This record gives sequence, structure tokens and C-alpha cells, in this order.
Amino acid sequence: MPEIAEPRPLLVQIYRMLMADKFALCGVIFLIILAVSAIFGPIFLEDAATRPNLRGRNAPPLSMENGWVNFLGTDSVGRSMLARILVASRNTLQISFISVFVALSIGCALGLIAGYSTPRTSNLILRGADIIMSFPSLLLAVIVLYMLEPSIFNLVLVLAITRVPVYLRTTRAEVLEVRERMFVQAAVVMGASKRRIILRHILPMVIPTLITIATLDFAFVMLAESSLSFLGIGIQPPDITWGLMVAQGRPYLVQAWWLAFWPGLAIILTTMSLNLLSIWMRTALDPVQRWRLEIGRKTND
Amino acid sequence: MTNRLLEVNNLSVEFHTVQGRVHAVRDVSFHLDRGETLAILGESGSGKSVSASAIMNLIDTPPGYITEGSIKYDGQNLLDLPRDERRQINGRKIAMIFQDPLAHLNPVYKVGWQISEAMRVHGVPNAKADARALDLMHRVGIPDAEAKMNAYPHQFSGGQRQRIMIAMALGMKPDILIADEPTTALDVTVQAQILSLLEELQEETGMGLLLITHDLGVVAETADRVVVMNKGEIVETGTAASVYKDPQNDYTKRLIAAAPGKAPLKSVPDITPEDEPLLQVQHLSKRYGAVEALTDASFHVMPGEVVAVVGESGSGKSTLAKTLLRLQEPSGGTAMYKGRDLFSLTERELYDMRRDIQMVFQDPTQSLNPRMTIYQIISEAWAIHPEILPKDAWRARVSELLTKVGLLPEHAHRYPHQFSGGQRQRIAIARALALEPKMIVCDEAVSALDVSIQAQVIALLNDLRDTMNISFMFIAHDLPVVRDFADRVIVMQAGRIVETGDTETIFAHPVQTYTKALLAASLEPDPEVQALRRAERKTLLMDIQADPDAAR
Repeated sequence: MPEIAEPRPLLVQIYRMLMADKFALCGVIFLIILAVSAIFGPIFLEDAATRPNLRGRNAPPLSMENGWVNFLGTDSVGRSMLARILVASRNTLQISFISVFVALSIGCALGLIAGYSTPRTSNLILRGADIIMSFPSLLLAVIVLYMLEPSIFNLVLVLAITRVPVYLRTTRAEVLEVRERMFVQAAVVMGASKRRIILRHILPMVIPTLITIATLDFAFVMLAESSLSFLGIGIQPPDITWGLMVAQGRPYLVQAWWLAFWPGLAIILTTMSLNLLSIWMRTALDPVQRWRLEIGRKTND
Repeated sequence: MTNRLLEVNNLSVEFHTVQGRVHAVRDVSFHLDRGETLAILGESGSGKSVSASAIMNLIDTPPGYITEGSIKYDGQNLLDLPRDERRQINGRKIAMIFQDPLAHLNPVYKVGWQISEAMRVHGVPNAKADARALDLMHRVGIPDAEAKMNAYPHQFSGGQRQRIMIAMALGMKPDILIADEPTTALDVTVQAQILSLLEELQEETGMGLLLITHDLGVVAETADRVVVMNKGEIVETGTAASVYKDPQNDYTKRLIAAAPGKAPLKSVPDITPEDEPLLQVQHLSKRYGAVEALTDASFHVMPGEVVAVVGESGSGKSTLAKTLLRLQEPSGGTAMYKGRDLFSLTERELYDMRRDIQMVFQDPTQSLNPRMTIYQIISEAWAIHPEILPKDAWRARVSELLTKVGLLPEHAHRYPHQFSGGQRQRIAIARALALEPKMIVCDEAVSALDVSIQAQVIALLNDLRDTMNISFMFIAHDLPVVRDFADRVIVMQAGRIVETGDTETIFAHPVQTYTKALLAASLEPDPEVQALRRAERKTLLMDIQADPDAAR
């Protein structure tokens, strides 16, 4: 009897499918660079990013006159923009990744429970989400501000809580649809436990949608973070984030556009890379669509 | 003036796909005369629907291209006409009805409005269109047509929706009506009514009817001539009777041979009476609110026996299956299996019982998780019930099961969408077998498959019954298949079991009027036999009309 062959190793498969989609590849490369700079940037550039240089205030970008560190210009107290952006990437990514991840995990878990349990439990969870949604996130932030010390942890907490309902409702809606599908019934007939049905059969169908929402949420969270930081919760100068840099650069838009432009660009590029990656992931995770990547052609023709 | 309405010459259609060019239709020629019914017979992928779409200009370009040929209507080549003129002919001269009327009626508009819209787009004034719409509703047999004009599509039954589609198509008195699998989604008795309605309308108006179907029975019932298509090409043409009696092409021969319901009737199975029944159902009932979906159903299944449950949609046969498998909770009754009542099992006992009673669903596309490989799908059985097989034996057993159902073990790492419908159903059967069940409930397990594939799957099930002594509860609306496969038949109507008996008795000597009507409505592939059947049906229909209570 012929043997069933081992499937190809996962990493090789991922590599091949990534090579087939050049946009996603660019996104991944950008994200890797970003991750490296977030990890090592602060170690080498902390000094350049925090030491004021009043003689070199608002130096214009794209010139090597003030040395490569100031290639992207300097801010209103003469700190290197490039160094500040690289240093800020750590805080920014940390906060947005963790809050989106926490919101997604909690929202997804509660959504699965709400979608696959008794109407009573489901209602309880949904009304909870309604309360959060009807509560202005700024008000929530102010309450937290009064009750707790400003810190990264509290910032993440506020951001995550306000985003939970989005994931919760999406997950629940998808679960309600998927649980009626025939293959779920087939699993029930085989005697599969609830846990197995939810984790093996329903969750994989829901994940791609959630990931797409999550990538869009990154940009939202980065900007929301800046307005919360402005209120005094979370990041306080001299610590920096991209969102904070955009907020601080706004009054100088006319005189020194680069103060807000570069951090803004960083936010856009990060979100876009994540978005391209999520589009790729949607195709790669779906066996019915996967051939588009496996035959090595462009995906967008 | 000639009688020739439509002439298709050397038509070729290509689809440009990622895998390269696919010739969906190759060098196809046929013609349709006034007052004639031409059937295009073929299985899925034969190109029969693409040919019809080409006539109606429904092929999406890209990816589809008509590369060659002509379609002549009334002397004009439709393919040369500009879009506007083409639209004038569509609907006005050539109309089409589809398989699934629910999908082709707009759910947010009233049906009366939709019927008259089909005329208004061709410039008929409102009042006149509305009046004709009402006439047509009467004509196609919608009861209480005045009131029903203002109803929405979901308020009608499947058969009535198809009648409404027909009314829409007839609005402009077309010369040609193209019917694409018009009765495939309908019950047998409704199918018979719709087909005879089409026939009457054709006699009245003299239109040409182009009927696209996979069903030899439909051909036998309605067609004058038949065109048999396979893989995009016409393999045989002729009158319906001559093609059936004396097929020339190998493919046609195979198709006719595969048609179910021709084998000699099985005699009573040799089950010794002292055997204990495997499953004994008593007074089973299921209510949804005020609706009784299942009332007082009692029957038994012996080890190794095939019990068919037949009935029309809404007869409660699917409810019966779902309740037995505990996908729904019953409202009353018992089902004894191995001395235990299935309905009062604890979680743990239920889990054990799942091993013994398995199910094969109607549509394998939906019953297999699209994100799991075949290996994962089949081996999930042992992940759920680890006591059956240690993990290091999974691989060998999966390849054994795949071989058993006629698939290649090398395909274990493929995903369901990479298989054809028939192969997917085999995968679903392999999954059921993985649990080594005593009984398999098949809910319309072969009705979505092509005739030749259907025959193969039935042969596979028969083999499993013989070699592994598995009992089957075979739910079906397709009587010829039941006749070939079942030992005993349960006839259901409106949630009740109306007749039970061994297959021979039910098919040869039915007692209940409902059973008789069901049998009479079922179509025979042989045109001559079908002609006799039709006569019988008419007399039966008169009996039923004389005594409506008996048939209810």
C-alpha cells in the first residue's frame, strides 16, 4: 500500500508563498527592520534622541550638513528626528501591539463564548460590550487617570478595553454563521467536544477576519494613544511615541512640516505593511485560495 | 416561413483560467424547431449550461470567450448583433428559467411587480403589464392569484416559485423558452406538475422549449429530441426514444446503464426473525413551537439492513435523522439502541454512542471542513475517540480507508475543494467509517451527485453493507435509487409514517394513495415506460381529485 507522504515543512511553505506576493514581502521586510530598530535603536540612539541642541533647532531635512543623524531634520529643541523616530518605535509598537493583541484575544474569546453558549450568557456578554461601546473612551480615560497613576500599563488597559467590543461582535456574528455549517454538525455527530468544535472548526474560520480588523486597528490605536498621552495618561515626555510626535509637531506644520510628517509617515508605512501582510495571510490561510500563491504568480491580477 | 427557431452552429466557448484555457464547449451544433422540446442532457461540467448561457448572452467576458460558431435566431446571427438589439431579443423572444427560483427572484419586491417588470422593461405600459401579470399568475396555477400578486417570494413554496418564474418568462410570449434544470430542486410530485405545466404552455403557444437537464427521467417525460453532451462536446443526438433504446456512443450507453431503478426488485432480505433489532424507535415526535414536524414515528432497523425513508420536503424525514442523532432534542418518544434509550443518555454515554451511529450528509462540499486536509478530516475521528487507534497507526489506517472508498492514499494531504463532488462524498463516507460504526444515516447522501457517480457511491455503500454488516438509514426523495438499494421502505408524509414495507411490496403493491402518487410522479428513464406512467398518473390524479382527503 502506498505510504502517505509527509507534507512539506511549514517554514518552506511560508517562504515560498511570501516570495509569490511581492507586496507582502516588502511589508515583511519593513516590519523586520522596524522590529530590529525597536529592539536596538534605543541602545545606540538614546543620547541623540534626548539631548537638546539649541543651535541646531528646526534644521530642515534631506541634507547631510548636520551629519547623518540629522538627515531627517531636527525638532524644535534641536533633537535628531531620525533618532527620535527610531527610539519612539519601541514605545509605539509595544503599546499598539500589546493593546491590539489584548483586545483581540479578549474580544475573540468572549465572542466565541457568546456565539456558542446559552442565550443567557450570550446576552450578558453582549450587554457588557454595549456598555463599553456607549461609554466615550475619553471619559473612560479620564476616570482611569483620576484613579490610577499614568503608566504604559494603564494606557494599554484603556486602549484594549475600548477596542474589545469590535472584536467581540465580529467574532460572535461569524460564530453564529459558522456553527450552523454542515461540517460543524458532522463534528458533533462524531462526538467532538465543545472545546474541540470551537477551537478546531470555528476559530480557524474566524481568525482571518479578525486579523484584517486588527491590522486596521493598529493605526487607530497609535493615534488614540497620542490623544491619551496628551491628556496625561501613559507616555509622558521625555518618553516619546510616534503619536506624541505627531501631536507635538502639529503647531509647527507651517514652519517645520517635518516634525509631524516623519512620524506620520512611520505610522502610515507600518499600518500599510501590516495591511499588505494581512491580505497575504488571508489568502495563505485559506486552502481554497492558496493556489494563487503556490503557482508563483502575482495575486492581484 | 420555416419551423426552425434557433440554430446553433459549431459553437465553441473557452474560459481563460489560471490553469490555462479550458474548452467548456467545443464545436457544438444543434437546432430547435417551433413547438418542439429539445433536451440537452449531460452531467456537471459537460458544458450544457454554458451552451444555454451563450444563447442568452450570459457568459461573463472575461473569463469566457465565444471563440467560434454562430447562434442563429430567425435568420440573424445573435453573436453579430449589438448589445441593445441583443437585449431586445432576450426576454422578449428568448426567455429563460433557472434551477433555483429563490435565488433568481428578488426577495424585496412583490412577485406581481416582478412579473410585470419583465414586460415593462420591454415597453409594455404599466396597466397592461399588471393585467397580464395577473392572467399569467392564474395560468401557471397560483391559487388566489389576486391576493398573491402582493406577496413576496419567500411566502411561496418551491414549486410555486418556479411557477412564478415561468410566468415571468412567458410575459412577452417568447418563441423560445430555455429551462436550465427547472425541476432539480423540487419534489417528485411537484416536478411532475411543473413539467406538465411547461408542456401545456408549449402546446398553447407553440414555443420551442430547450430543456437542460442531467435527469434521464425528465428527458423521457418531456423531450422530443435529445442532445447528449460530455466534456463540452456533443456525443449523440436523436429522438428521445431512439437514443434511449439504441445508444451509439459509449458515454451515452454508460449514462443510461447508470440510471437507477432498473435492476430486478430485491426479494425480502434474509434476516432471521429471531435477530434483535439494532434500533427500535417508538412514538418519536418533534415539535417546533406549534408546528409538529414529526408525529408518533415508530419503526426499527435490523443489523445489516438498509431502511429507506422517503417523502417530500417537509415530510419530516430530515427531522427524523437529526433527532435520532441528537442534533435536536425530541419532544417525545424513545429510541432503543443496545438496550439503552438514545434520548436519555448521559454526556459520556452519548459520546460512546457517537462511535456507533454515524451520518453522511447531503452536500459533501459543506460537510467537510474546507480548512482541513483529507488526512486531518479522517483522522479527527481518532482524535475524538483515541481508544479506537493509537496515533502511530493513523497514517496506515487513513490510506487503508481511502483505498477502500476508491481514492488514492497520495491525496491525503489535499484539501476538499481539490476533489470532485463524488470524490468528496467518498471522503465523507471514509470519515464515517473511521469510527467503525454499526449504523450510518445517509441524509440525501447521493442526491447532489451526477447519475454515474451516484451509481458508484451506491455500489460502495452496498459493498460496505455486505462486508462490514453496517446498517443504513437511507433518507432520499429519489425513488429509483431507493428501489435499487433499500431492503425496507418507510414512506413519510407531513411528519407521519404513512406506510412501511419491504421494497418489493412498496414498489409493486403500494397501499396508500400518497405512496401511489409518489411512485407515479417518479420519472422513468425509458420514454416508452414513462408514457405509460404518465397515463397512469392522470387517472390517479383524477382519483385524488375525487377524494382529496385520502391523499391530503
